[in-house]
Amino acid sequence: MLSTQTLHVWSSITFVSALAVAGEVLIAAGMRQLGDLDDIRAHSGLFGAIRAVLTNGKFVIGALCMAVNFFAMLFALSIADLSLAAPAIASFTYIGNAFAAKIFLREKVDHRRWLATGFVAVGVALLAR
Amino acid sequence: MTHRLKPSQYAVLVAIMLTASVGDSLLSRGMEQVGQVDLHHLGLLWHALFNPFVDAGIVLLIGFFACYTAALSWADLTFVMPATAFGYVVIALLGRFWLHEQLSLSRWAGIALIVCAVGFVAGGPARTEHPELDQMDAGAAR
Repeated sequence: MLSTQTLHVWSSITFVSALAVAGEVLIAAGMRQLGDLDDIRAHSGLFGAIRAVLTNGKFVIGALCMAVNFFAMLFALSIADLSLAAPAIASFTYIGNAFAAKIFLREKVDHRRWLATGFVAVGVALLAR
Repeated sequence: MTHRLKPSQYAVLVAIMLTASVGDSLLSRGMEQVGQVDLHHLGLLWHALFNPFVDAGIVLLIGFFACYTAALSWADLTFVMPATAFGYVVIALLGRFWLHEQLSLSRWAGIALIVCAVGFVAGGPARTEHPELDQMDAGAAR
């Protein structure tokens, strides 16, 4: 049976990972909507590019998710060992991002990208051992 | 269209690798000094903002966020992801060759896997083409 402490740790890890996936996918969707920032900067200047980013709804909601994720990460690091929380969150986030990118962003996640996602998830876990 | 990257875009990916890993390390060091935060002492999170390591970590992570956002404007999320993971390799190699730490076999295996992952993705196109979606997005962005 899982102890309360273990449950807290894994709940916080799952919550932080889910927030990261939501934030990153929303930001990616917003940036895809805007197009290449270099082109916007060439056309409207640096402040025009910053304004375009900060007024994009998907980007703003994604950034809010990442801001909540930041504090949730601090909380998670304070109750879980860094050597467990950091690689677990990173691995879950990489795998979640790949699925979310395929489903919501309609990215072409071919076998090379799936392999890369798996390698990164396992590699990060091994690095933390 | 293969969407090959320009040198400046590779520089953005390198900045992503470095700022994320060093920023996370600084945050971790700072939170060790701040102490354990629980639901009854959430005020400590405010205190954390006055720790120099946490502040330096935040500055680097803001830099990371700017580079990451820029990269996502010309590359897929699944293309940029391995670049963020390569930061862990940078930290491990710095520990080995600069701090003369011993790396276990599992850590070397982790480094090899992440390097392979970056190689897999770097060899392919940076962005998925969606002409019809891009047109709709451009319309919505106006």
